[in-house]
Amino acid sequence: MVSSNDRRTEELLRIEDLVVSFPKENMEIAVLNSINLSVGQGEIVGIVGESGSGKSIACRSIIGLIPKPGRVSSGKIMFKGKNILGINKAEERILRSTQIGMIFQDPTSSLNPVFTIGDELVKTLVNSGTSSKNHAVQKSIELLERVGLQNPSERIFMYPHELSGGQRQRVMIALALACKPSLLIADEPTTSLDVTIQLQILDLLLNLRKETGMSILFVSHDMGVISRMCDKVAVMYGGYIVEFATTDSILRFPQHPYTKALISAVPKLTLDTQRVRLSTILGEPPKSSNLPSGCPFGPRCTSRQTSCSDLSMKLELVSGVHFSACPVERSL
Amino acid sequence: MSFFKQRTLSTGVLIVGFLFTCSIMLPVVGLNKPNAIDLPSRLLSPSSSHFFGTDGFGRDIFARCLYAVRLDLFVCAVITFVPMIFGVVAGSISGYFGGWFDTIMSRFIEMLLAFPFLILVIAVVAISGPGLTGVFVAVLAIGWTLYGRISRAEMLVIRDQEFVLAAKTLGFSTTRIIFRHAIPSLLRSNVVFSMSDFVSNLLLLAGLSYLGLGVQAPTAELGSMIAEGQQYLSQAWWIAVVPGVIVVLLGSGLSMIGDGLADRMTV
Amino acid sequence: MKRFNSLDFDPNHTAEFVLEVTDLKKWFSVRRSIFKKLMRTPPRFTKAVDGVSFKLERGEILGLIGESGSGKSTLARTAIALEKSDEGKILYFGQDLDDLGPIGLRELRRSLQMIFQDPFTSLNPKMTVKQALVEVGKVHKELGKNDEGTAFLSELFRLTGLSSDLSLRKPRELSGGQRQRVAIARALAVRPKVIIADEIVSALDVSIQAQILNLLIDLRNELNLSMLFISHDLAVVSQVADRVAIMYMGRVVEEGKTHDVFSSPQHPYTRALLNAHLEPSVIHREKNSTEMTDTPLNLPVSGGCNFKNRCIYAKHECGLVDPILRQISPNEPAHQVACQVMPFLNSSKN
Repeated sequence: MVSSNDRRTEELLRIEDLVVSFPKENMEIAVLNSINLSVGQGEIVGIVGESGSGKSIACRSIIGLIPKPGRVSSGKIMFKGKNILGINKAEERILRSTQIGMIFQDPTSSLNPVFTIGDELVKTLVNSGTSSKNHAVQKSIELLERVGLQNPSERIFMYPHELSGGQRQRVMIALALACKPSLLIADEPTTSLDVTIQLQILDLLLNLRKETGMSILFVSHDMGVISRMCDKVAVMYGGYIVEFATTDSILRFPQHPYTKALISAVPKLTLDTQRVRLSTILGEPPKSSNLPSGCPFGPRCTSRQTSCSDLSMKLELVSGVHFSACPVERSL
Repeated sequence: MSFFKQRTLSTGVLIVGFLFTCSIMLPVVGLNKPNAIDLPSRLLSPSSSHFFGTDGFGRDIFARCLYAVRLDLFVCAVITFVPMIFGVVAGSISGYFGGWFDTIMSRFIEMLLAFPFLILVIAVVAISGPGLTGVFVAVLAIGWTLYGRISRAEMLVIRDQEFVLAAKTLGFSTTRIIFRHAIPSLLRSNVVFSMSDFVSNLLLLAGLSYLGLGVQAPTAELGSMIAEGQQYLSQAWWIAVVPGVIVVLLGSGLSMIGDGLADRMTV
Repeated sequence: MKRFNSLDFDPNHTAEFVLEVTDLKKWFSVRRSIFKKLMRTPPRFTKAVDGVSFKLERGEILGLIGESGSGKSTLARTAIALEKSDEGKILYFGQDLDDLGPIGLRELRRSLQMIFQDPFTSLNPKMTVKQALVEVGKVHKELGKNDEGTAFLSELFRLTGLSSDLSLRKPRELSGGQRQRVAIARALAVRPKVIIADEIVSALDVSIQAQILNLLIDLRNELNLSMLFISHDLAVVSQVADRVAIMYMGRVVEEGKTHDVFSSPQHPYTRALLNAHLEPSVIHREKNSTEMTDTPLNLPVSGGCNFKNRCIYAKHECGLVDPILRQISPNEPAHQVACQVMPFLNSSKN
């Protein structure tokens, strides 16, 4: 089991052997295969993966937002020491409104177009009991200021469509922060934003972590963003976590062949006038209904051996806090 | 597709198919003639020689039902699918080009839809006399507008889709783009709608014939049979009830086909 | 059998530039209410493309970098004659686009193709790969009526790295990378000389992006294609483009050889873009957003430079005069920048 050995930080969230599956034609297809992950107090942990890796399902399963007919088949999700899987609706609501906040990729569809952002904020504050009606408006303005939205006292009367993408995302963050959550789950929060705005939003999140000590679980397909943001990274492929380590360690000494291939396949800004062929990974990411046996990366892996199709995909400690599911390539 | 949805389509096809097959096969086999008046055999209850009994004129109801189903299916097919073709083409062209043509076409469609339909039928009947002509003219004149509206609305979306833009950049002619690329994508909603339109037309025809405006005596039609059978309800209930049940069966079967197709015809 | 020899664009390769755009403008008027129309309030315009000029040489890949609101997509559509420009000239092989009637335009389409961002929506969902490609061949008379097109297909498959067992599949049965290859094959089927690629790898997984980029470079080398490669991703553009042009709010703010622009960027926006570019490397962990203020993009910009509201180097004169592209140094003749202030002129790298 993977956990942060750092004694200073308390463990806030721990996912244990989580399996999520979807029924299909009398079979259960696993989209998450026994994943283990932990987030400490004040830590920013990233999950990186391509489409079909299961990263979105992973973060949604924490707050019970797995799209039907998917369901958790087995495993535990421990939040502040308590298993939050299988809690009743009322407890789930409390959890979502006061302990765990979530921001999504597309702020356009996440904000209700019928309400002004002031309405949304006030509603959230009052319903979660964070603030009384009298103070809610003032608190809303403070929150908007906190997330860097300019002229908040004017903006609270605006509707989502009157704001730009970056501003909407800030509003989303304000909504998520309204109830002072200890954990913020961010599912591709900057993917649809311009790159210059993205940097500002990432800085905002980092500052918020510094100020409030909240933890962030940051999901993205963009390895560059993950490197900037996260203290630790989990690399996912085909529903498995294939590598988990501190960001520094993963960038300097990637262990798993997929991680290495992923990092080298990311197009890099180059000043070479000579056109060099980019390194690619042959083939395509697998669909969860069609996973090869053993290691899902096998078919595309240049270091593949016959034993790889029988691999149990357990994360093994390589060194320090660096874990890898690949027994073939070890270079630490 | 889930279990029940599969069943819907096949059940519907079964029902309608069965009735259709009966209606074309059995008259060939040649049982009793549907219009053969046989006064001594009036109002006989169902028996082995008359499966569904006889009506007030001694005509065999079973034979009349078969002919009625054939007639109804044929007429309704014409008044459903001919307007559909016309409406799809008109609506698609209108939606694709937009501009003044589209504006005129849209207003025209709205005008026709606002027209009281029954009045038109009666007007045609007044001119050309009672009979199916009135029904044909009225439905063909107005029925296409619904398909026109659906197709136009869909076309407004489809014409901005990238594969249509791609077809333009590839140098395809406008005709090819509209008919080969755009229309196939909007057929689905039209076909689905046509099924419920078919059912409505069936009921319309039955209703009009019931009122004496559609099919005229002595032609067998489900609605007119129900009308004729009304007066004998206490004595010979089968005259009205049997055609009624068949109308319900036919309508339900067609609705099921429509439902099943709606799920089947995804891209 | 080609039927349009007389209009075959530039058979002797005399035109200097394959594509030449001069001062292109495309403005969209913002819808006014009936009231405002009656009051004759002057209409407001969104200046999607506001005076863009560039030249594309034979066999060159020109990268066009822009974010949302830069006008790059509008520019692409106008350049490929899907939309009419309001002002400015577009010349293909020296031939003015406006002078072409509908027939000439149809002929032009044989030389000029576009590949779109979303490979799923740019393919007809109801046609198989084979049907889609053969249709192009038949429409452009490469294939006769009853020709199966086997040789035609296998050539296209070879060029784009598709395997032949995909020919009977429909788009939904293909992966993102495969769909994009089909879209490229379809564009190649008309044997174009110029291709406009509009964000063609943005919707693909990272591991597939590199495959498509390599493919593009191979095609350029094998077929001597000229390309306008549009993307928001600096790294992607730097990998394929010989020259780049950076767009901001409808105007080109900087252009030049890729190496020159990225190693010594002069425009504050270019520098902000480079600063904001993140890669999986330890160095990039230290970046922060100091290069720009956060003013939303949808504020109407009055006069002068469009970037002034967000530029930390902006001076008073930036709002007075529209900046024009000027060469900054005789050492880099192709490198031009549209900025009044030029705060970095005497420093090279950051």
